[in-house]
Amino acid sequence: MSASVELENVCADFGAFRAVDNVSVTIQAGEFFSFLGPSGCGKTTILRMVSGFISPSQGVIRIGGEDMRDARPNQRPTALIFQNLALFPLMPVWENIAFGLEVRGVDKKTRRARAEELLRLVDLPDAADKAVSQLSGGQKQRVAIARALAVEPSVMLLDEPLSALDLKLRQHMRAELRAIQKRTNVTFIYITHDQGEALAMSDRVAVMSQGKLQQVAVPREIYDQPANGFVASFVGENNILSGEIVASEGERGTFRTALGTFSARLGPNLTPTSRLYVRPEHVRLSAEAAGDNSIPVEVTEVAFEGNFISIETRDQNGHRVVSEARNDGKTPIPAIGERLHAVFAAENAVVLADSGDMKAGAH
Amino acid sequence: MEDLYRRYGKGLTAAFCLLTAFWLLILVILPNLYLFENSFRLYLPISDVGGPKDVYTIRNYLTFLQSPIHVTVFFWTIIYSSIVTFLCFLIAYPLAYYLSKKASPKSLPTIFLLMTVPLWVSEVMRSFAWFIILSLKGPLNIFLIDIGIIEKPIRWMMGFRSVIIGLVYTYVLFMLFPIYNAIQSLDTNQIEAADDLGARWWQIHWRVILPHAKPGIASGSVMVFMLAAGSILVPTLLASTTSRWFTEIIQQWMFESQDWNTGSAYAFLLLILCTVFVTVVMRLFRVKLSDIAK
Amino acid sequence: MTRKSDWLFRLYLLIFLAYLLLPLVVMGGAAFNNSRFPSVFPWAGFTWNWFIELWNDPRLLNSFKNTLLVALAVVALSVPIGAAAAILVNSLGGWVRSTLYSLMVAPILTPGAVIGISTLLFWNRFSVPAGLHLSVLGQVSYIAAFVMLLVLARLQSFDRSLEEAALDLGASHATVLRRILLPHLYPALGAGAAIAFFQSIENFNVTLFTRGPYDTMTVYVFSKVRSGITPTINALAVILIGVTLIGAIAYEISRRRKQAALEALGPPPADDE
Repeated sequence: MSASVELENVCADFGAFRAVDNVSVTIQAGEFFSFLGPSGCGKTTILRMVSGFISPSQGVIRIGGEDMRDARPNQRPTALIFQNLALFPLMPVWENIAFGLEVRGVDKKTRRARAEELLRLVDLPDAADKAVSQLSGGQKQRVAIARALAVEPSVMLLDEPLSALDLKLRQHMRAELRAIQKRTNVTFIYITHDQGEALAMSDRVAVMSQGKLQQVAVPREIYDQPANGFVASFVGENNILSGEIVASEGERGTFRTALGTFSARLGPNLTPTSRLYVRPEHVRLSAEAAGDNSIPVEVTEVAFEGNFISIETRDQNGHRVVSEARNDGKTPIPAIGERLHAVFAAENAVVLADSGDMKAGAH
Repeated sequence: MEDLYRRYGKGLTAAFCLLTAFWLLILVILPNLYLFENSFRLYLPISDVGGPKDVYTIRNYLTFLQSPIHVTVFFWTIIYSSIVTFLCFLIAYPLAYYLSKKASPKSLPTIFLLMTVPLWVSEVMRSFAWFIILSLKGPLNIFLIDIGIIEKPIRWMMGFRSVIIGLVYTYVLFMLFPIYNAIQSLDTNQIEAADDLGARWWQIHWRVILPHAKPGIASGSVMVFMLAAGSILVPTLLASTTSRWFTEIIQQWMFESQDWNTGSAYAFLLLILCTVFVTVVMRLFRVKLSDIAK
Repeated sequence: MTRKSDWLFRLYLLIFLAYLLLPLVVMGGAAFNNSRFPSVFPWAGFTWNWFIELWNDPRLLNSFKNTLLVALAVVALSVPIGAAAAILVNSLGGWVRSTLYSLMVAPILTPGAVIGISTLLFWNRFSVPAGLHLSVLGQVSYIAAFVMLLVLARLQSFDRSLEEAALDLGASHATVLRRILLPHLYPALGAGAAIAFFQSIENFNVTLFTRGPYDTMTVYVFSKVRSGITPTINALAVILIGVTLIGAIAYEISRRRKQAALEALGPPPADDE
């Protein structure tokens, strides 16, 4: 039913441009796996290599342990859901869904029955004879999923399929996709630039930048223990402080910046151009200085975001520190001009190495 | 190419290439090259073909240059084809503008249907219709006498005027449709913006609509000129003895003299003429071939 | 602009339509005039004679048959050639594409006499005698370009990921062509076939040089007009106009029906989940 996907030292070159650079990763059978990264990071190229529309210029791709080198798209056990869905406009819904069966020589009655069964699975029981142009965006989405499922693929490849939907529907479809994946137990490989989508749906996430894998981990670890500066700044918000390590002891160290000297965790593979990352929700504003890491600041802006309040403060030299307060009715909201201390714990501050590409993630 | 192979596989890609190659090589390029080659050879009895007399020579082209009548006919053909092209433009442009920007879109299919009726009736019939109309005792003369514009019937089929009338009638639609297509792709807001900025109607046409219609005008001009210069039916049916067309001379070489080599030299001259015209129009209007052929 | 200019335009359109259609009316009228010379003045009484004479003309029926044969052969050749060429040129880029495209368009801008003569000479070299088969080849050489342009225009609106989707679902290359690409191209192929058919029927210049001893309708009418005019030609014209008018009206009715059906479907629903 489902199969693992292995990429081993896979590279893709377009002329002099290396779109995918030496990527190795093993995706388990039945896993919901996401490739997350900004546009142009190579994630779509990986998807097209797995589906067989592009051949890797180096490296091996195995699906279910089998080398896919000579297998063309129509011979692979994968089904791709396109970004624009690519529903066949001239066929009614049920023929779209049954197309994969039609080309396999399944007789018409069985095809029709299977299409209706799949339409029930995606919660569109009455759509069989409709024209594609008669469907709404969300309905088209479901038909595309049903069409891909009809060929009983071992691996489903999804190329940002939710990007065309509006926010509400997108969140609804996230849950739906996850549920379908659990029900069918097919390996899902999901491509997105939306961190929320990747973190919410996936068993594991691979963060990519400039053709390289930056980190492969479960969503929690991606967020809490980013492997480098790129991952930290691409996934979630950060206060980023430049400086240098002045002392280190095991996993802890002392980091000197223009705002002061702080103790923090030390990340892997540190270089001289390392920086300190502190997430806004880990910065607490208090009336008094406390602990190692405390910066005297003045509140300059308070932005109400709904479920939280974003507070911008500056130290005496004008350096910015952003913190967040939950809108839970208990946390006090400071007023502009108030003088407070920005305090954060050493375990919530981490010194990370730059990856090659900092501009895309820094804010 | 690689893309084609990926989508359609070996067999189909080969089939596409073979069909295209058959068309371009066997039907277009090689026959034209052969025409070119033949125009430099002499018309010889079968026994001499391949013999010492069978050499490359420009004698066929000299025949043309040394015949004042043929050269004159050639230039009259150019001049009158240009006049026909210009007349077609004058007639077609206002109409194309009206149809694409003013007429109600609902009536358009019916209007176009009516317009294309003459196109479905073959060219020979259309020329023949004008042969009847323009004849000395034909309906046009009778009509004009009846309403008192002229007193004596006019001999229409004299000189080139009947040829011009026939050619304009036959080919004006080839000017109308490309210009219509070109003007239709112009955003009406641009016309309204120009109007709003205080431009007079002729300024709007000169600065906004005409420049946008350029590819259509180029396309129509090229088609009409080529069809007019290459027309055989209209000149043969409507011309008098004083107005001969270059294609008639080509016919003479091919059918009456049976001299295919000189015939191909003359045909090649016609081809050159049309190629030059296409090139000049493309330069003049600064358009590409892909803009013309739409 | 003003209403007055609108009114002028409308008048101009009417005059233009009259200019296009009145000659056909005159020609049609002469078909029923009982006069040896085709004319509408003086009116010598109504007659069917010219239609009867037409029917009894074996050469005409023969030329009619030849015209149909040639037209069908031209359709059969130029539609696949034009479609293949369009698909090929569409998959190319850069200078190869523009060169190939220019080569394909060039025959449209070549006078028929040149095409006819070059075809005749070329095949004569291989001892292929003149005849209707050469007329077919000569006509295909430029009619295929019309088909190519129509198909190429249609290909612009084709979403290429549909082909990838079909391949991904396991379709063979032939299936992709048959089920995905060709259905999208059908309107263009149909229009191409119609244009090829009528262009072929209407063709004179290419046919004149390549036909050998055979007649097609245009050539036959031409020779009749030259040798001694009789109103049988007008009778033939009336029949041709009649047939095309009926065809055009049938097309127009089916077009209106389709449009009405399309409007009845209405817009797709909005997402309100």
